[in-house]
Amino acid sequence: MEHLEFDIAGWAGVNPARDHVLVGVVGSGNLEVMIERAELAGRCAVAIDTSIHGFAPTWRRVVEDFLARHRLGDVRVSINDGGATPAVVGLRLDQAAAEYTGGVR
Amino acid sequence: MIAHPTDRLLDALFERHDVRHEDNMVIAGEGWLDGRAVAVIGTTDRAFIGVETALALADHVLAVLRDHPGRPILLIVDNGGQRLSRWDELMGNNGVIAHLTTCLDFARRNGHRVVGVVHGLAVSGGFMATGMATAACHALPGAELRVMVPDAMARITRIPLDRLMALFETQPVLAPGAENFVRIGGLHGVWEGDPREGLRAALDATDPEDDPRRRLGAERGGRGRAADVAALVRAGAGA
Amino acid sequence: MRPARHSYYEATARRRLAGLLDEGSFREYCPPTMRLTSPHLPALGVPVAFDDGVAVGEGRVQGRPVLVAAQEGGFMGGAVGEVHGAKITGLLERALDVRPDGVVLLLDTGGVRLHEANAGLIAMGEIQRAVLAVRHAGVSVIAAIGGRNGCYGGMSMVARSCDRIVMSEEGRLSISGPEVIETVEGIEEFDSQDRALVWRTMGGKHRRLLGEADALVPDDIGAFRTAIAGFLDRPRPITLDALMAEQARLAARLERFAGCRDGVEVWERLGVAEPKRVPDLGIDAFNALLPSPAEAAE
Repeated sequence: MEHLEFDIAGWAGVNPARDHVLVGVVGSGNLEVMIERAELAGRCAVAIDTSIHGFAPTWRRVVEDFLARHRLGDVRVSINDGGATPAVVGLRLDQAAAEYTGGVR
Repeated sequence: MIAHPTDRLLDALFERHDVRHEDNMVIAGEGWLDGRAVAVIGTTDRAFIGVETALALADHVLAVLRDHPGRPILLIVDNGGQRLSRWDELMGNNGVIAHLTTCLDFARRNGHRVVGVVHGLAVSGGFMATGMATAACHALPGAELRVMVPDAMARITRIPLDRLMALFETQPVLAPGAENFVRIGGLHGVWEGDPREGLRAALDATDPEDDPRRRLGAERGGRGRAADVAALVRAGAGA
Repeated sequence: MRPARHSYYEATARRRLAGLLDEGSFREYCPPTMRLTSPHLPALGVPVAFDDGVAVGEGRVQGRPVLVAAQEGGFMGGAVGEVHGAKITGLLERALDVRPDGVVLLLDTGGVRLHEANAGLIAMGEIQRAVLAVRHAGVSVIAAIGGRNGCYGGMSMVARSCDRIVMSEEGRLSISGPEVIETVEGIEEFDSQDRALVWRTMGGKHRRLLGEADALVPDDIGAFRTAIAGFLDRPRPITLDALMAEQARLAARLERFAGCRDGVEVWERLGVAEPKRVPDLGIDAFNALLPSPAEAAE
């Protein structure tokens, strides 16, 4: 297992529909994503536990892009990854964001 | 003629006893300790617990409930787990075993001191069906307890056998052996000395709660989270 | 118009909860944000889940208060580890305090989690004892089985310690898995690849005909909800008489079906017309073979 943590600048302006959401299931080729509202002075705290080693730069890029697309800030994003493909990672992140924001930008 | 190991155990446990060996490696009868009658029910020779075995054991438990209210029960645990066969699954072995544990549990809740002792071997569902339905289960020195043999465990978890064996050194939740089951609270203890002393103490002892195993596991450092987590959920934490 | 069906088999644990409980009524205990993860999996290099594979809490079914646990079959096959098991035990013990109309266990599990084998085994014994404590307190405990993993191992004994079992045809309930039997006893004893054999031996229809399950429902979350609601607050008291009756029922079963090697033979001896057709019967036609769940429950 590899543990990754990123502290990433966030965006203002999203009013979450819920305090936290959890999507996905930790299984082979799958992952769970939890987004929690947190007072982080606008920033985003990301924690990833993944069964695949050596992809820290990729994860950082994916998460930065995700946070920017959904304009998230003041959130804690936590991921337990059972070795999901990039497509599944993207799908789960977008599902989580949609539930968190109530689908409203 | 050499006495059966279970009979030798009964000789050691009781001043006298009258215990029959029946089909399916089931035993039943009575033993007397300090003049007190104790119902003896169990299996021998690493029996596999099939539907006939479980039903016969349950029948003996019910007979004690019906004919000897309040009489303590000693369950002799010696099994290789549940029997693996199409017949047993077709007949719902899980249901028959659940009936056995429900009978033992009913006895425990209705004035019978129900004590177990692992003699020989106890495996997985066979342990759950028997020893784990008692108020307090002990083991004799040398008794084996396990969920699965290490080879099969390595294959199914895909953890290499050498790594698994190394983990056994430090992980009581994982490693076979009576001492590990003691540490996680699954056994009350091992009767190291005179087994008659062990039985006497077990018959006289009581626990302050319906299920002491989580507390014992926490106190002994082998299973640290179960008690706390169950208490949090019981309190409705986080809702 | 028929309401849309939502497959119970395909759904995640949380989706099942959403479909079972009245909208917005679920309050989760020890939710994922509390991160009560397995303390044992990291040492083995195995990923954890924030809920350790089971969601527990309170909610309402058709307006009636229940406590509910839903095992997530996608995480480690729904297998029971230390934390997972303790959450279910704690939920059951809460029923002693709050006395809901029922405790509902949505089981989807291969049994013990081998990565924390001893702790998982003891945990299942604790769950079973808690189920019986709740029943002795007069609160109904209802198990539902219809997920991908079926209900195996120690949890199959837990299921049969409950007051009622609701199954779908897709559900399987047995102590030993087909692969285990085949591995140990050989393919002649059990061919685990023969799916039809698995269902004839362990599946919902056989369990219902044998009297091991109390209701057989379509693979639809709404159908599970309806059947579960019908069993709320209808405890089956555990008395000496009830245990003796169960003993007689099981003994009669072993005698009646002695020598049977296949579900079809069992159904034939039960007097089912055209027993070979049972696997093909739709739910309504199948249930017409039996007394209704309501009658059978009396």
